[in-house]
Amino acid sequence: MMLIECPWCGPRNETEYGYGGQAHVAYPEDPSTLNDNEWAKFLFYRTNPKGLFAERWVHSAGCRRWFNAVRDTVTYEFKAVYKPGEPQPITTTNAPAQGGTK
Amino acid sequence: MADILPEHPDFLWRNPEPKSSYDAVIVGGGGHGLATAYYLAKNHGMTNIAVLERGWLAGGNMARNTTIIRSNYLWDESAGMYEKSLKLWEQLPEELEYDFLFSQRGVMNLAHTLGDVRESMRRVGANQLNGVDAEWISPEQVKELCPIINIEDNIRYPVMGATYQPRAGIAKHDHVAWAFARKCDEMGVDIIQNCEVTGFIKDGNRVTGVKTNRGTINAGKVALCGAGHSSVLAEQAGFDLPIQSHPLQALVSELHEPVHPTVVMSNHVHVYVSQAHKGELVMGAGIDTYNGYGQRGAFHVIEEQMAAAVELFPIFGRAHVLRTWGGIVDTTMDASPIVSKTSIDQLYVNCGWGTGGFKGTPGAGFTFAHTIANDEPHELNAAFNIERFETGHLIDEHGAAAVAH
Repeated sequence: MMLIECPWCGPRNETEYGYGGQAHVAYPEDPSTLNDNEWAKFLFYRTNPKGLFAERWVHSAGCRRWFNAVRDTVTYEFKAVYKPGEPQPITTTNAPAQGGTK
Repeated sequence: MADILPEHPDFLWRNPEPKSSYDAVIVGGGGHGLATAYYLAKNHGMTNIAVLERGWLAGGNMARNTTIIRSNYLWDESAGMYEKSLKLWEQLPEELEYDFLFSQRGVMNLAHTLGDVRESMRRVGANQLNGVDAEWISPEQVKELCPIINIEDNIRYPVMGATYQPRAGIAKHDHVAWAFARKCDEMGVDIIQNCEVTGFIKDGNRVTGVKTNRGTINAGKVALCGAGHSSVLAEQAGFDLPIQSHPLQALVSELHEPVHPTVVMSNHVHVYVSQAHKGELVMGAGIDTYNGYGQRGAFHVIEEQMAAAVELFPIFGRAHVLRTWGGIVDTTMDASPIVSKTSIDQLYVNCGWGTGGFKGTPGAGFTFAHTIANDEPHELNAAFNIERFETGHLIDEHGAAAVAH
């Protein structure tokens, strides 16, 4: 059971949260121009690093708000949590694409 | 004075030094890597090959799964693959000359809601059309096959029936790996443990070898069987995989007299249970939700599956959790594996088996070996290519495959 810091509510048990996978995956700016390969990448491909990972969590049983976190996928240790729109505080291999944090 | 210890039994395989070059190198010495090597040697005459294992042989998911073998999948592609695998299981103990306790004690998948019942009956129909043994059984028949199960309506999700596959069962997973390893070794395959692949050597768009912590090894073909670490290998090789790695936990109780004669899986209350030959109750359920390479998960996941198990099997209330552990499972978005060529010449990938890889061990090895040897997929794995995520020809076993993945 991990103790996860909600940026609004503070530290709460893992069971209060839902997981949202990779963070900073922006909806395509101009969807009509995407080819099948680009759609596949958007829909089905997410980075899967062994190490630091920027990911989304939602405090389902608390404030019900989404936030971002940088967590180590080997030790499971949270390195940072940050609100949507805030800059990613630690660089990861899936750092935000240009155009930014959504 | 203490008795003199007996001689160490014969080793089942050599521990050779890696050669500088092989016709093919398989990365990953788990069940799938060993089965691939076995079928490459046996069916395709490729014996100048090596299996490279980062740790020790079959120390990953092959030693951590709950050993369930079945083929009652909904979609044609899956039924083809898993039924081939089951047929291979049925001949392997004799073929490998190793009694690895393959026990066709049947698997039932319980239905607890009207939705479950409809899905189950549909799947039974699909299975029968695909030549997979399957039947729909009533709660009373469930009780007859597994007397300790509670089929009363005094629980939150009473048993409304089950699908039953009599030819399904379990096997002793570590012995399966050893059986494959011994036969591979006999045919001349080098099994090289403590040999971690750290990079790939390419000539243009063709892979020509691997870099390892024990030196460079040239290879005509390279085949990845990295399970939970598939994404790490693919990144080193320079291509993308639609894989997410998750912790998947399992557990055993202390040893008990035989009480559980079959395998019971419940998707809705979510637990699966069998009893190992030596008496442990073996249980598992779903993945921990987050991405993880830690080979461990959270205890609340164990707690939830224990709650489900005790509701279904009231006598388990007096059993104890002896050990829990985790593996790293490589999941895809459609809950089906990838057994495929890649965008890089002579580089092949077998991954994405998620929570169901053990049962697929022989089928994966058989079809993957064919793919490697011929540079073309076998008809049984042609649909399990990487391109399906682009073409849209997904094999969507999420919720269709009798259990959640």
